[in-house]
Amino acid sequence: MSSAQPVAAAEPTESFEPEAISTASYSQRKLIWRRFKKHKAGVIGGYVVVALYAIVLLGEILAPHGVSHRYYKVVHCPPQRIHFFSDEGFHLRPFVYGIKGRLDRQTGTKKYTEDASLKYPLYLFPRGDDYSFYGLFTWDRHLFGTGKGNPMFLLGTDRFGRDMLSRIIIGGRISLTIGLFAVFISLTLGSVLGVTSGYYGGTIDNLIQRIIELIFAFPSIPILMALSAVLPADWPSHLVFTGIVTVLSLIGWGGLAREIRGKTLSLREADFVLAARVCGAGDARIIFRHLLPSMFSHIIVIATLAIPIFILGESTLSFLGLGIKPPMTSWGLLLSDAMNIHSLSLYPWLLIPGVCIIIAVLAFNFLGDGLRDAADPYSSR
Amino acid sequence: MSESDGKADVLFEIEDLKTHFPIKKGIWRKVVGHVKAVDGVSMTLRRGETLGLVGESGCGKTTTGRSMIRLIEPTDGRVTFHHAGQAIDLRSLEADDLRGLRRYLQYIFQDPFSSLNPRMTVFDIVAEPLVINEISSGSELEGRVEQLLVRVGLRPDHLRRYPHAFSGGQRQRIGIARALALTPQLIIADEPVSALDVSVQAQVINLMEELQEEFDLTYLFVAHDLSVVEHISDRVAVMYLGQIVELTTSDRLYERPLHPYTVALMSAVPIADPDHQMDRVPLEGDVPDPADAPSGCKFHPRCAYAQDICKTDDPSLREIEPGHEASCHFAGEIDFETLKIEH
Repeated sequence: MSSAQPVAAAEPTESFEPEAISTASYSQRKLIWRRFKKHKAGVIGGYVVVALYAIVLLGEILAPHGVSHRYYKVVHCPPQRIHFFSDEGFHLRPFVYGIKGRLDRQTGTKKYTEDASLKYPLYLFPRGDDYSFYGLFTWDRHLFGTGKGNPMFLLGTDRFGRDMLSRIIIGGRISLTIGLFAVFISLTLGSVLGVTSGYYGGTIDNLIQRIIELIFAFPSIPILMALSAVLPADWPSHLVFTGIVTVLSLIGWGGLAREIRGKTLSLREADFVLAARVCGAGDARIIFRHLLPSMFSHIIVIATLAIPIFILGESTLSFLGLGIKPPMTSWGLLLSDAMNIHSLSLYPWLLIPGVCIIIAVLAFNFLGDGLRDAADPYSSR
Repeated sequence: MSESDGKADVLFEIEDLKTHFPIKKGIWRKVVGHVKAVDGVSMTLRRGETLGLVGESGCGKTTTGRSMIRLIEPTDGRVTFHHAGQAIDLRSLEADDLRGLRRYLQYIFQDPFSSLNPRMTVFDIVAEPLVINEISSGSELEGRVEQLLVRVGLRPDHLRRYPHAFSGGQRQRIGIARALALTPQLIIADEPVSALDVSVQAQVINLMEELQEEFDLTYLFVAHDLSVVEHISDRVAVMYLGQIVELTTSDRLYERPLHPYTVALMSAVPIADPDHQMDRVPLEGDVPDPADAPSGCKFHPRCAYAQDICKTDDPSLREIEPGHEASCHFAGEIDFETLKIEH
């Protein structure tokens, strides 16, 4: 057969451009990655997402205080500032002042002022409250702080005198991981049902689509409330967590299934799928070797864009008191402390968990947008 | 076994093949009509020949090609594949049995860009048919794929590249290598060169001709361009609105076309000569809606020679001269040369 070489030689018109050579053996995934790196907002979103997860996963070490340590004397204390300068001039080691509390007789609330006579310098890895790191080991050192029992409430305290910063870090773990787990489950459900629906069509497709419409037609808050009400109140926290993930996934898989169905419909008729069929490929091979890999980048995009919806879903549930319950905490649950106008006007720092939700949701959306632009083969770049 | 006479060399037969697509309307998806993409096509492919299938876009060429190997399920008709001394009725086969036969009936796609999975390397693409049919594996597989690739004019170091790194012509060569991998008997080539640059078209066609000789292939060569078909085909079938209107040898068709539609098609072939005066027989109007085909002869609304009978009676394909079939009431009676419109 090698005697047929002249054919190749008679082909001077088809030569590679230099650009083509450098990327010739790049897979589609590598090309997507190249394009993604050019999307500024997406890359920044990606960094923020990675940073957020790093922070919440290392939670207990980074949080300066124990998550349920109550400082009775400093409830609803406003955020403190870190100082480098005092009356004595510049200090290389930053410090916080002590806190002086005084009851305002007119409003009946406690007012806090800085007590310049007391200075608490910040240390790296000081001893503080004991904590168990995922049950792996118990430790009492925190990344930074002023030492055990000393004040340093950079984001203020709540109505029990617990440090908001520590609670936000620990609460973020639940808020952010619930999104991941819920997306994972609803994506699995959505992929299986979406591919089945799009690939086989007909009655199966009709049935699945009508079920999705039925789920969409339910008002979401009442059905979330109903489903949460099913979860027993005395469940241990990890079961509650699983329960909420399940509730959110059961509501959320429909949209994902639809997008995957649409993608399947368009790919099912693609020539390369037909080519596989001509070669004698069966349904399983077509689905797993051709359809799913071709959809993979889109599935990742869909997942990234769906995570914020689940984060918000968890926040909504917890805010309404139907989701995460104390002693666990999450951003939504923390926000529920700021539910009335009284707290809002007097203790605005209780809204900071809301800011965290916004940052996380925006970061995921930017990341998803960047990935989508990169994965879209029809984009101009 | 009993095929001792003139039928011995028949590889593939289709009789009165029909592929109708239902048009559904309303919430209850009621069938309100049919798009008759293929409406009674009969033809015979002889072993080793190339049958050209030409017609305007939308006339059902691709659907015919796909229906005959059940890539699209036909509505009606008989499809017979003569294989290993047996006449196999393809339409009555179960899905599994059909899959086993697929290796003998391969397909080359029109669009070299969408027919190669962008996520697979050239090696995976060409190896896929061999893997699916469990023909070879391991180093033997690698050797075979490499051989195939070299045979179609690519280099072995192209194996690990992805389709995006190739030009249209090279991609089409990959598609040909994939079709060739299973050593098929029939290859349906669906406009294999119409997406390519003219300079590359000739190379790919020459390659296909070489391969035909080397592997004893039978081609159904679908195209909308008569000049391409003339070059490669032994016989040519002209299709209009889901039906064959003329079928004869390539030489005869170009020397003496019998159907007015063929004449119009041929006058549309551009000739590379600036001094050449185009004697175009103008085709008025568009291809009619295949869901609402004209009565009588389907070509009559656009035919310059249409008479009253054409509006009522549908002419069937009949042998006008030995080996030359046409479906026109006046086939052989009109002298197109003298009726040519002068400019």
